[in-house]
Amino acid sequence: MTDIVTTELPPETASRSLFQLATMRFRRNRAAMAGCVMLALITLFSFLGPYFISHTYDQVFPSYVSVAPSLEPRPDVSSLQDVMEGVAGRARVDLKEFAVEGETFTATVTSDKPIDPRTTRYFDRANEFEGTQVVATEDEGKTLKLTGQVAREYFLFGTDSNGRDLMARVMLGGQISIAVGLLASLVSLSIGVLYGATSGYIGGRVDNVMMRFVEILYSLPFVFLVVVLVVFFGRSFILIFLVIGAVEWLDMARIVRGQTLALKRREFIGAAQALGLTDWQIIRRHIIPNTIGPVVVFVTVVVPKVILLESFLSFLGLGVQAPLTSWGALIAEGANNIQSAPWLLIFPAIFFVLTLFSLNFAGDGLRDALDPKDR
Amino acid sequence: MISFVLRRLASAVPTLFIVVTISFFLMRFAPGGPFNLERPLPPQTMANLMATYHLDQPLWSQYVSYIGNAVTGDFGPSYVYKDNTVAELIGKGLPYSMELGFYALLLALVGGVLAGTIAALRQNSALDFLIMSVSTMGVTVPNFVVGPVLTLIFAITLSWLPAGSWGDGSLRFLILPMIALALPQLAVFARLTRGSMIEALHTDHIRTARAYGLPARTVVITHAMRAALLPVVSYLAPAAAALLTGSAVVETIFTIPGVGRYFVLGAINRDYTLVMGTVVLIAIFVIVFNLLVDILYGLLDPRVRHD
Amino acid sequence: MNDSRETILAVRDLKVTFTTPDGDVQAVKGIDLDIKAGETLAVVGESGSGKSQTMMGMMGLLAGNGRVTGSAKYRGQELVGLPLKALNKVRGAKITMIFQEPMTSLDPLYTIGRQIAEPIVQHRGGTFKQARARVLELLELVGIPDAKRRIDSYPHEMSGGQRQRVMIAMALANDPDILIADEPTTALDVTIQAQILDLLNSLQAKFGMAVVLITHDLGIVKHFASRVAVMRRGEVVETGTTADIFERPQADYTKMLLAAEPHGRKASPGDKAPIILEGKNVAVDYATGGGLFGKKSGVFRAVDNVNIRLKEGQTIGIVGESGSGKSTLGRALLRLVPSTGRYQFGATNISDFGRSAMRPLRKQLQLVFQDPYGSLSPRQTVGEIITEGLYVHEPQLSRAERDKRAIEALKEVRLDPAARNRYPHEFSGGQRQRIAIARAIILKPKVVILDEPTSALDRSVQGQVIDLLRDLQKTHGLSYIFISHDLSVIKAMSDYVVVMKNGKIVEEGDTDAIFEAPRENYTQTLMNAAFTA
Repeated sequence: MTDIVTTELPPETASRSLFQLATMRFRRNRAAMAGCVMLALITLFSFLGPYFISHTYDQVFPSYVSVAPSLEPRPDVSSLQDVMEGVAGRARVDLKEFAVEGETFTATVTSDKPIDPRTTRYFDRANEFEGTQVVATEDEGKTLKLTGQVAREYFLFGTDSNGRDLMARVMLGGQISIAVGLLASLVSLSIGVLYGATSGYIGGRVDNVMMRFVEILYSLPFVFLVVVLVVFFGRSFILIFLVIGAVEWLDMARIVRGQTLALKRREFIGAAQALGLTDWQIIRRHIIPNTIGPVVVFVTVVVPKVILLESFLSFLGLGVQAPLTSWGALIAEGANNIQSAPWLLIFPAIFFVLTLFSLNFAGDGLRDALDPKDR
Repeated sequence: MISFVLRRLASAVPTLFIVVTISFFLMRFAPGGPFNLERPLPPQTMANLMATYHLDQPLWSQYVSYIGNAVTGDFGPSYVYKDNTVAELIGKGLPYSMELGFYALLLALVGGVLAGTIAALRQNSALDFLIMSVSTMGVTVPNFVVGPVLTLIFAITLSWLPAGSWGDGSLRFLILPMIALALPQLAVFARLTRGSMIEALHTDHIRTARAYGLPARTVVITHAMRAALLPVVSYLAPAAAALLTGSAVVETIFTIPGVGRYFVLGAINRDYTLVMGTVVLIAIFVIVFNLLVDILYGLLDPRVRHD
Repeated sequence: MNDSRETILAVRDLKVTFTTPDGDVQAVKGIDLDIKAGETLAVVGESGSGKSQTMMGMMGLLAGNGRVTGSAKYRGQELVGLPLKALNKVRGAKITMIFQEPMTSLDPLYTIGRQIAEPIVQHRGGTFKQARARVLELLELVGIPDAKRRIDSYPHEMSGGQRQRVMIAMALANDPDILIADEPTTALDVTIQAQILDLLNSLQAKFGMAVVLITHDLGIVKHFASRVAVMRRGEVVETGTTADIFERPQADYTKMLLAAEPHGRKASPGDKAPIILEGKNVAVDYATGGGLFGKKSGVFRAVDNVNIRLKEGQTIGIVGESGSGKSTLGRALLRLVPSTGRYQFGATNISDFGRSAMRPLRKQLQLVFQDPYGSLSPRQTVGEIITEGLYVHEPQLSRAERDKRAIEALKEVRLDPAARNRYPHEFSGGQRQRIAIARAIILKPKVVILDEPTSALDRSVQGQVIDLLRDLQKTHGLSYIFISHDLSVIKAMSDYVVVMKNGKIVEEGDTDAIFEAPRENYTQTLMNAAFTA
């Protein structure tokens, strides 16, 4: 009587692995998805943005030092008019009309006597104008209609006190901050996982010694450690993320160790031992796949932490060296010019805060998706 | 209890010793020195300076004499602030840092626990969302952004409060640096409290308390709150140590003459003794607050009572 | 119903609904119940039947996403929808509860004296100091020895049984009309379970309150209840007096439940059957405490000089309470924990075999665990899980061959072979246990050690798993060591029984001999404590 296939299977919805379930839950979390989109946008802005703007991060515009952000191109029409009037005065002609459209200008100048067309040279001598041509001569040469190009620059975010385009600087800062964040997290991840898994799996005396070492490192004032390392071993990009990673691995090691210890007690590990799997097979097939969840969640905590630490260093003037920059360095610069040029603080701060916020939301979403006990 | 305290203090000695040793050698093996200025000093002056500060002696003997002096409370002269000993510098700066840090700690603790509790009791409400968003901001936005932004708004634009300096030490001067200092910790306290409160409210013994007709207020305050405070108390030690020993960033932004700046300045200038002094200071604060917090924890939780 | 006693709690059309991300789930689907003064009503049902949620709903103790509708009138007062203030006058005073988990139901941060005093102060007024005398009296009443000293103990300083006594003291504090006991003994060892139930019984006789006993255990129902309500999937399928329910069950489900009590016997393989696995002087020590700079480490002897001899085709049942060393003994026999003694598998002496020497033998010596949720890796498919042993022991098999074996194994444990592409979290407890069994038998082992394989399962599912294990034993000629704390399962499964306590064998013998005529006191206590239905 018991020969029939008895127990019914769960209803035939598509079978989903835990990973797929987590992805589903993550997709449903709007704040987390918004965070991801925002992160993608900021990354695109930082890494692809430089190809779409004409200024480089170290290009200096001496005539535009500390200009405020504006949607209008620089110089604006009224200041061009001033320049034009000055030029007209030097050419001894009267400016009748002046208009700027995009990158070209048109002007009408008059004089009591016929004007020599070569006066266009006066116009070209100004920094702002070039390629001035006479398009029409009226009034027996007493009135000339001129046209030419205006050299105008867009500074949507304004410029800094050295006359560099802040938008290009913010893009570069983003590149460095994001890159340091990811690379340093990778360093801390590698050290932490290796250390924690070893300590946890071997256990016993080795574990004791390894964890005591971590405790001692914990009691070192760790910002001090970073500062000392950076000050003494130089300030190159590579060293900075190595140093930050080398300081940030302690938490990761503890988490991975805890996970490994907890997993060692789980019955499926016991089952694997009873099946005769070797240690290495158990680590590879059971321990590592089951630690990935918490580790991934922790990485989302480490990345913003590392970015913060890097900007903290930059803020103290210990980050990457000029003309390279990072968001932290830009914010420090902004803080110093807060009275005269508040945009120097506002723009990098907005990007920085948005990134950290998005990382936080994405991280929270990931945690909820991978560990849905709180519902 | 007394024997517990003594045992803990005794076990702190090796920790402190290791911290000092690591810091000492880490700094000495790095290139550069306190007198390697941009304009090199004449060799004779340099040699004299090195001799004055015993930097010409072998490293191990410097180490031994440093440890010997440090035990008696002598942390040596500062190499850069030449007229001051390290002890004097710290003695001068610490009261400022501690006063500011104490207010900030109070603000962070009271504000954070209150906000976290309210958020937990109104879980998933608009108020919860608001509190959690603000605290996410507090965690994510570093104080070197908050500080200047606060200055920009309240000091420059609105002119309500002074932009910096200790002034006469009145509250007006302390408000902005206090907020900048407290905000990240406040946010951590709020998140911790909310999380542990929600967890506490779901425990079986809370169900028991409710099943026995205890009013909601008693359930929350006597039973849930006490359990929820345990992780908060644990976090108190690192938070207190960090706040009371001053913050390099906040003290720089608001030009406050505390000790927080010293370890950065010291490190940049290779002022070995000053750096060592601040390291020891921070380590002592960490150790003492860990001990205090452990005692407090024991009072709250009978399972870990030390007697 | 000809019982003339007054109905003090009348439940009508009570519904409990939970809001989940996948829509509303109705846990209780409109039930009617009457509780009469002084009676013991057992509400019995398997997990998910809604028996606990009915009580929680009535008492306003549902989780945040739960709602209750319908009516529950206590002496004419409607409890459903009653404002919290008014409800708090009833809870803890007129109706009190004790819960399943004695380890977590008390607040770890307060002394038990204070916790018992809390409802007294709350409902009767006065100070904690004044309530102390009453607390002492209650503690003595529930049989806490040395109550004067224990009143200032914290919960973590007491055993599970003592904590449950404290809960009972708390429940009695205000002389309630109704005491709801929600699986009060499920988390306790059988001997403690009997003591707690006897205590409840005597207290009820003394004070005359009604007791609502929520349980899944028909044995307890038969011994303690005067009336029974059987619940299934949120509905009451049958109510009646205990005698009626057990002798003349009406509903099919009740009949099935009663039939699900494990029954049948296993015949002994006979004296001539060869010995397949033997352990002599088996001893296992665990180090306690210790560490690098820690205190001096002690040694705890989990298994103390045990001899065991398993014949081909035999099932040895090892029975004992928690901490008796029965699981450790099982693992020692498989050489999975460091142990001393002499071990023989078939003709091979495996006493000195290390991990690598044991590896080839693991194919023939298998283990099935208690917790079907913990013993399957959540990140592997069922197919990967059950073929893992093949991957180690028959690496030459091709993917297709492994798949074929997986299909066969799943068929043998009566699961749809389509299951192999799914993940464990999609299966019920009973199905998971079948998967774990498939993982063991796919290797065609000779000996399987079954470590409480049915303890986490509902009775009806238990019966199916037991049937399956029996069939597999017959078809493959397996030898079992069956470890359990549940005497009725042991009785049904094994032909030889070993009773363990504190790491030692107390008594052993053929199943019939042990169950009919136990010689040792401890065995007798165990037997008496197990209420068979």
